[in-house]
Amino acid sequence: MVVSFFFRAEGSFLGRIEPEILSWVTIVGGFTLLLGVVSIVRVNYTAVKRKADGWGYKLATLISVFVIAIPAMLPTGWSDQFGRGDGSIYKWLFNYLDAPMMATMFAMLAFYIASAAFRAFRARNAEATLLLITAIIVMLWRVPMGEEFLLSIHPDIPGWINTYIMGGANLAVQRGIIIGAALGAAAMALRIMLGIERTYMGK
Amino acid sequence: MSLVEFLQIWIIAFFTLSLFSFLYKDNPFYKLAEHIFAGLSAGYYVGLIWESVILQQMIDPMFNNGKWWLVFPGILGVLMFSRFSKNYSWISRISLAFVMGTTAGIFLVSELHGKVLPQIQATMKSLDPSQGFAGFILALIIIVGVISTLIYFYFSKEHKGALGGVAKVGIWFIMISFGAHFGYTVMARISLLIGRVQFLIDDWGGSIVQLFS
Repeated sequence: MVVSFFFRAEGSFLGRIEPEILSWVTIVGGFTLLLGVVSIVRVNYTAVKRKADGWGYKLATLISVFVIAIPAMLPTGWSDQFGRGDGSIYKWLFNYLDAPMMATMFAMLAFYIASAAFRAFRARNAEATLLLITAIIVMLWRVPMGEEFLLSIHPDIPGWINTYIMGGANLAVQRGIIIGAALGAAAMALRIMLGIERTYMGK
Repeated sequence: MSLVEFLQIWIIAFFTLSLFSFLYKDNPFYKLAEHIFAGLSAGYYVGLIWESVILQQMIDPMFNNGKWWLVFPGILGVLMFSRFSKNYSWISRISLAFVMGTTAGIFLVSELHGKVLPQIQATMKSLDPSQGFAGFILALIIIVGVISTLIYFYFSKEHKGALGGVAKVGIWFIMISFGAHFGYTVMARISLLIGRVQFLIDDWGGSIVQLFS
């Protein structure tokens, strides 16, 4: 892949093989994800078979996996309710069970975040105070009532928040983190390629 | 409201309330909803991968476009399942080595070429004289922020003296960014909560009113 980056002229052997290899990685990656689901099924099946603690809940998990996955894998030619299209069992279960439950799970985090904020937002030192002030300003800015309050202090405040906090300090830190993480990822890639890093092989 | 719509609303309301019941304490309703949610999410990905990867990227090109060589990534994928066998789990390392090698090759180039260089370029380009004094101040904030953040995350040398001073500035910038992110996350979660409460009051409440009217 590294060599093909430098010599992938259109129509050349490397130019043709690169998208093919990327597609191979996607396919193997897809199987890897299925492996994860098979693992979930195995673990839950074993617990149900042994009637372990909470086996009824694990049975519910197993039924849920099969109820959504099997109709999605069956050919649409057999029935309109198979596959992943509109009107399918898969789509119905996603729209009326999975998506609302996902939204509820994330909505519940609002309570835990509020609880965490109460503990974390104590202005113990200058850094914590800075975090507290920025969070309050951004939260105020994100709700219409808060924005009106900020506008009543000075009409340019919402614009300043957008420019100097979000597009200034926040952007700078995100860039710093992206650059740092990318350098780390590149270094790790080099370690893997040179055989220094072999932990992924269980060594 | 049709019977199907009515049932849909009541099913969603049941699972929404079951999940919210955890705010009081752990209970069987929450556990049931949690396990069903986990199962549905796992099954959702099976359907997604089956259609968008296995069918669209492997089976269809193999049988309709004559790309017979796609059988090889298929074999590599199947080999991953050997992890379930104690004696043959080593076979999965072949597939793993292929994925790791290719990903390392992609990352080595893409991280440097696609992330590091463009981010440095964008940082330096922010010093545009045509942007005026306000633009200069913003550019200064960005440049100082990027450099001090990077120095804060540089642990190969002890943060003392000038390096320590710049790292301290980096912490201030990081705190501002974390505060901004925290504020955004809280508001996003509150927005979701409002959505769920609105569903319970408007849709589910509406169906109850309809039931008794």
